[in-house]
Amino acid sequence: MAAITLPANPVDLVTPPGVLSAAPLIEAKNVELFYGSSRALKGIDITIKEKLVTAFIGPSGCGKSTFLRCFNRMNDLIDNVRITGQCLIGGEDIYAKDVDVIELRKRVGMVFQRSNPFPKSIYDNIAYGLRLHGTKDKSAIDGVVESSLRGAALWDEVKDRLHSSALGLSGGQQQRLCIARAIAIRPEIILMDEPASALDPLATVKIEELILELKKEFTIVIVTHNMQQATRISDYTAFFYIGELIEYDLTTKIFTNPAKKQTEDYVTGRFG
Amino acid sequence: MTHFESELAALKQKLLLMASHAESAVNNAIKALVDRDDDLARKVAEDDDKIDHLEQEVDAACITLLAKAPLATQLRLITSAMKIARDLERVGDEATTIARRSLELSQEPQLKAYVDIPRMATMAMEMLNDALGAFVNGDTARARAVIPRDKDVDQLNKQLYRELASFMIEKPTTITRCLHLMTISKALERIADHAKNVAEDVVFLYEARDIRHLGATAA
Repeated sequence: MAAITLPANPVDLVTPPGVLSAAPLIEAKNVELFYGSSRALKGIDITIKEKLVTAFIGPSGCGKSTFLRCFNRMNDLIDNVRITGQCLIGGEDIYAKDVDVIELRKRVGMVFQRSNPFPKSIYDNIAYGLRLHGTKDKSAIDGVVESSLRGAALWDEVKDRLHSSALGLSGGQQQRLCIARAIAIRPEIILMDEPASALDPLATVKIEELILELKKEFTIVIVTHNMQQATRISDYTAFFYIGELIEYDLTTKIFTNPAKKQTEDYVTGRFG
Repeated sequence: MTHFESELAALKQKLLLMASHAESAVNNAIKALVDRDDDLARKVAEDDDKIDHLEQEVDAACITLLAKAPLATQLRLITSAMKIARDLERVGDEATTIARRSLELSQEPQLKAYVDIPRMATMAMEMLNDALGAFVNGDTARARAVIPRDKDVDQLNKQLYRELASFMIEKPTTITRCLHLMTISKALERIADHAKNVAEDVVFLYEARDIRHLGATAA
């Protein structure tokens, strides 16, 4: 009788095969970012896989949000920022001269810490991006508004008041509206910068559940200060410290058996 | 159901899968003994391998789930799952022991008709089934009812020991066979102990009360 071959590492027992075999989508090669003469990111190399959730963790000021913003060139908007190295999405260098930044941001959506709906109706918040990108057909827009709100698990709560102001929604609803707005233009990647940190625990659960649903269609990169949130929603976790990527691995590995002492100290709350 | 809850549900399913392999291992081991079926006895090891593998899976899943900061019932479910997995793994080991001894016994003429051993096996497996049923349905009354039944299995084990001791005294050529049967009896008695442990874990899981080591009356 053949004995069952046991995996050498317990993490292998709990890692869905799809996570290991997912294709790479985002690649950073030796990325350095300077604010003036101060180096905020130090030679970062990372490969992020598609249709998974990758969490960036680390103490404040470690560069995780700065790094996240490299992927849709949000840092371009800040004066005195200089980036070296390469950021590739689907093999294309997004800092190449011929890259249309508007098109890039269509491919790479973003959700911020504070929900920032436009001071318009719920409907118009979602329709805005579509109209901006040239969609005129009302029924097409209606369809996307509904599918995006459904995708963001908000439809049932707002379907009867689509034309009321988005500012009348609760904080958690506003954040889900921002997610609906981001997915309406069908990006490949959604960057999330602490999307639940301003929300109460129940609204946080909804956002986390939503993220786990969204990863079926989108690649998600999320910055979070909440360790448990990273364990609950992410497949891979990257730990940053003072501008360096200290450790990057499967989330189960980072939180149960990290390779570096510094990572363990951080995830167990000993510093940061 | 949240994703986390579905992960917990999957954990429960894994334990039930372990339990079904454990049940089949014990049933096959006893059937192999009674029917003197060596092929069946050898199959028991296959179930045991699966149980061992599942135990590792359960433990790995539990460690990952614990890292997600579960609270209250969820926390108790995960810690209980690790203990139940260990008990089920031991049940698999006991079944393997029974199967090995059956292989030895089938080399020699049968010492006596097997009556008490299948009865003990039935009692122990009913205890385990009830404990797991209680686990699935959150039925702590059913779990509590399992606990005193352990004494009945202990009693049968002692009775069989006495009977086998008299065989050995009367006829020393039976000693080897008697020792095998004693080992099998002890294995069944241990399975009942594991079932009792599972029942106690189920009470802890659903009532947050530790009823171990209190004696039958206090439980």
